[in-house]
Amino acid sequence: MSASVLFDAPGPRARRRILLGNVVGALVVAAGAAFVLTRLADKGQLDADLWLAAVDANAWTNYYIPGFLYTVRAAGAAIVGAGIFGLLFGLGRLASSRTVRIVCGAVVEFFRAVPVLLMMVFFWLLLANAGVPSPSYWGVVIALVLYNGSVVAELVRSGVHGLPRGQREAALSVGLTRGQSLRSVEVPQALVAMLPALVSQLVVVLKDSALGAIISYSELLQHARRLGSGEGNILQTLTVAALLFILINWGLTKLAERLSRTVRRTAGRTGTTAAGLDAGVGEGATAVAAEAPHGLTHGEGAGPGDPDRPARWD
Amino acid sequence: MAEYLDIIREYDVLGAFWVNIQLAFWAAIFSLVLGTLLALLRISPVGSLRWAGSAYVTVFRNTPLTIIMVFMVLGAWGQLQLTLSSDFNVNFFWLAVVALTVYHAAFVCEAIRSGVNTVPVGQAEAARSIGLSFLPAARMIILPQAFRGAVAPLGNVLIALIKNTTVAAAASVATETSSVMKTMIEFRPDYIYAIFFTFAIGYVILVTPVGVLTTSLSRRLAVAR
Repeated sequence: MSASVLFDAPGPRARRRILLGNVVGALVVAAGAAFVLTRLADKGQLDADLWLAAVDANAWTNYYIPGFLYTVRAAGAAIVGAGIFGLLFGLGRLASSRTVRIVCGAVVEFFRAVPVLLMMVFFWLLLANAGVPSPSYWGVVIALVLYNGSVVAELVRSGVHGLPRGQREAALSVGLTRGQSLRSVEVPQALVAMLPALVSQLVVVLKDSALGAIISYSELLQHARRLGSGEGNILQTLTVAALLFILINWGLTKLAERLSRTVRRTAGRTGTTAAGLDAGVGEGATAVAAEAPHGLTHGEGAGPGDPDRPARWD
Repeated sequence: MAEYLDIIREYDVLGAFWVNIQLAFWAAIFSLVLGTLLALLRISPVGSLRWAGSAYVTVFRNTPLTIIMVFMVLGAWGQLQLTLSSDFNVNFFWLAVVALTVYHAAFVCEAIRSGVNTVPVGQAEAARSIGLSFLPAARMIILPQAFRGAVAPLGNVLIALIKNTTVAAAASVATETSSVMKTMIEFRPDYIYAIFFTFAIGYVILVTPVGVLTTSLSRRLAVAR
């Protein structure tokens, strides 16, 4: 349904105007597409053999699939690493020792502020100089772990802060220590609440793994580029690579949306507030936005403005 | 130490940061305009426009920025001969700005839409009841309040944008920070840690004030309700 309060259920005149608007809008979109397509055709980019060469068996078996496997390998390792890093530093930021809190906070804030590509280039050259095998792979993985790990750490922290105070009080009153309460009562609940945010973070990891092409890691984009420059159909192969990324990431985004609806339902029962989480790591006003105050956010696009993760970057 | 300062001067580190700041500046302005238009499309009563807006957001939010950059250089410039400036290097700069703009416009659109969600229904109803139609209501009532609610998410988009300017390396902008850092490390591997921390601290200095400023602005501008 239309997710706006800006207009009423249309009457007959408004319906005519909307129909007119639809026709005009569709024409404008079609005209734009036609313009692009004719320009492409003028340059001979629509020739069938160019496109066929971009999607034939050779392209898939020798380029896209191997490239995609490299992408998955780096992204998978980065996800596991980021989860561990995030849990460690997230717990560190909640520790009772002031020093540990400050150190962990500084580390997390630092890695969130530094562009991922800078870290990739640094670790790539560092490991290459040290003679480590496959430095570009490790460059990609380490940079992604550090950046996304700090985002996860922030999620853990804001997740725990979002829990009702009674959870900790109950844990302490049955004799658990502060640390035990964190580990066995608070963090597990926070993890459930942050599940949707974690899944949308996967999209970020996958997208950022394409940065690996810049440091000559032979992932999907790099393979597509190699195929395209060999066959002279770079536009086409890049389009195929982009479509692959879009499909996977779109699927993950949908999964995150579904999870966030489920979690919100469950959270309603247990009193866990997942709210602020979806909208940029609980930063003041965004939390307000996430609560979708007056039900004008049904359906797609509900709540979190920025599934492409939180606070900083996507 | 003195020798290291010489290296920094030799490779014009400040100049490299200046290039990234300019990239961020132009891309921020253009993507704010494009993103606002997209947000308008997405909340408009006309179905086809809503569809076009959400198709745009879905496509560009899920495409890696690196692919868009590579596409601009190898595709739009290399194959389709799209030229934005007669100067060879300046051309790459503007291609990178276009890539950053089309990518971040999708996020700006989503940030503004989350801002629209902070405006109470009553405001829209009041606007309608005094006879404003969609565009006037959006322009005079909804968007001004939506922007105030969207400050924090917009700040996050801006921070992402500033950091993402480094990806201009994929668009052959050789004078920006990540390219310069790579060159410096290749020629002076003995200073690799110092070089990396110089650039990293540079970004901490650039990004932190933006975060602090938008957070405090979002508190101050939030409409009390």
